[in-house]
Amino acid sequence: MKAISIENISKKYILSHKKKNYQNLKESVSGFFGELFTSKDDEETKEIFWALRDVSFDIEQGDRIGIVGSNGAGKSTLLKILSRITEPSSGQVKVNGRMASLLEVGTGFHPDLTGRENIFLNGAILGMKQQEIKHQFDEIVSFAGIEKFLDTPVKRYSSGMYVRLGFAIAAHLEPEILIVDEVLAVGDSEFQKKCLGKMKDVSSSGRTILFVSHNSTAIQGLCNKAAFLKKGSLVKYGEVGEVLHDYMTSISKFQLQQIWETPDNAPGNDQVRIKNIEIIPEFINGSKNIDVRTPLKINIEFWNMLESAHLNLSVFLYNMTGECVFNVGSQAKTFSKGLIKGRLEIPANFLNDGSYYISAMIVKDTADPIYFMEDAISFDVADWREGTNWYGKWPGAIRPINIQVQTWKVDGLI
Amino acid sequence: MDRNEVFIKVGKSSLNYWREVWRQRELFWILGKRDVMVRYKQTILGVAWGVIRPLLTALVMVFAFGKIAKLEQDSSIPYILVVIPGVIIWLFFSQSLSQISNSIVGNGNLVSKVYFPRIIIPFSSLLVGLLDAMIAFAMFFAFCIYFQFLPGWHFFFAPIFLILAYLAAFGSGLFASVLNVKYRDIAQIIPFIVQFGYFISPVAYSSERVKTEWWYPIYNLNPVAGAIDGLRWCLLGDFAKFNWQSFIPMLIFVIISVLFSIWFFRKNENSFVDHL
Repeated sequence: MKAISIENISKKYILSHKKKNYQNLKESVSGFFGELFTSKDDEETKEIFWALRDVSFDIEQGDRIGIVGSNGAGKSTLLKILSRITEPSSGQVKVNGRMASLLEVGTGFHPDLTGRENIFLNGAILGMKQQEIKHQFDEIVSFAGIEKFLDTPVKRYSSGMYVRLGFAIAAHLEPEILIVDEVLAVGDSEFQKKCLGKMKDVSSSGRTILFVSHNSTAIQGLCNKAAFLKKGSLVKYGEVGEVLHDYMTSISKFQLQQIWETPDNAPGNDQVRIKNIEIIPEFINGSKNIDVRTPLKINIEFWNMLESAHLNLSVFLYNMTGECVFNVGSQAKTFSKGLIKGRLEIPANFLNDGSYYISAMIVKDTADPIYFMEDAISFDVADWREGTNWYGKWPGAIRPINIQVQTWKVDGLI
Repeated sequence: MDRNEVFIKVGKSSLNYWREVWRQRELFWILGKRDVMVRYKQTILGVAWGVIRPLLTALVMVFAFGKIAKLEQDSSIPYILVVIPGVIIWLFFSQSLSQISNSIVGNGNLVSKVYFPRIIIPFSSLLVGLLDAMIAFAMFFAFCIYFQFLPGWHFFFAPIFLILAYLAAFGSGLFASVLNVKYRDIAQIIPFIVQFGYFISPVAYSSERVKTEWWYPIYNLNPVAGAIDGLRWCLLGDFAKFNWQSFIPMLIFVIISVLFSIWFFRKNENSFVDHL
């Protein structure tokens, strides 16, 4: 049965641009009086902005839908329309079932009220009956871990406590359709784990979930379907893996190859010039993007313009924060003029997920760097994991799965 | 569980709007209770403020209108008893009006994050004013005991005029609350009305005094006049005659303004978020 059917939903906003921009008081005063006597139409230009355009898809009961898209793709607008906070400019939505939406943690908390009072207030705002809240009160309090502060006004709460209490209340909602926006982006990793666990419980109970997040690992783990929005339009809707792949491909800024046909315009100097630098992923199991399981081959070609030079090639791998993950170099060899090729391979199950940059350096006589090509190519490694219920960011610069931790039993309990 | 089928469409809120309001009636209480609880948090005197405000207002008016303007000479009962019904209605009306007109903007964080029938928000601001009115009534009775004055059977009609005063505030406040979302000028106008409104309402004087003026019919377009005249009749009995001349315009005002602003509110409530 269909839980939600979305038919040609559009939402437009009208942006007005004022040409005049008053810089100081004198200008704004004279500008104000000027405007009194001229028609405003001349100075205002209107632009129609489509936050959503002709989006249609159906959600079956029990589906867990992840909604992905970069900032401004219309994800939040879609959720706002579905949760009836704003109405669409055209199109219609049919919703079948009791729906609750969680677009913010702790909506309507009043800073002057105590934790206890806010639980009832927020619960009611989210659509719970007072009876239900009373029934679940103890559970909510212990989930949030705020037993000691129940009678303290929430304005004295730490931001972590505030968020935990907000999520704890929302987590005890029991709607048939749950809409969640990005709330997992808050709180410490401990609490995020708890939230994701709770989401997983909710989803396994057969309820319909719509979930917006930038955490594609969480979406991969929780959802069975995904919708990919781009600039207000639905690009793809379907099985979660495929949609995420399309999404990841579209957002990653990676550049897997840089090539120059002739030495004339190639980067370098009068001693060496770079011809080609590329990375070749060896996809396994039919996957289409680089993830932690993908072995990577890196080829580097350069022209040597020196008659006889003792050269070696040094390769640097940096992570997104600019830290060098490793630096490896070739044996120094004597080369005559010509094209020289270097190659290395980064094994599977070695890098962590994230963005990486590769720089290459050509060194003469093992001491004198003659050319350093910075950030020559970049690539993203997507996450992939199995056999775990945890979807937070995997820590570490690298993730060498082959370094195994052994455990065995040595003795009984004393 | 009853089946919930909702259509989301342009310019059309749910068909079962009022059923939904009824289902969420708890929210009405909770939001009202919130306003009441928050009201006197972190004050030393607490609920005592509920007495102090009407008492001081009444005393100042007795002084200004009764003593200085010497209106008390015409009154056969203590002048403060004439003033208090006016103060009760005026404070109740003006407070409800400012609360209601600011309710949507003031609860913008709710409106932009959660759906429920929006009309619950302005409606729930009734409770705070009602509580204050109750306290002011108690104060009136304290004065009755002091002056050994006994209100007659008319007294039982008092709730009706309180409701009418609320509906008058609701009708105009609801309209203002919708406008306020888009045009914050409203937030400037309302305090102004609240500040000066009591001069054009029979708060500190009896409407008997202006009855013979040629502008009296215009004066009666102010719904507060009707409500105050009514409450005075309830509380003072024979000392204040029932005034049909102000009652009828008030009734018409209430009916038209409430129906119109509910229509206006529902027409606009789905686009509040876009302007907040």
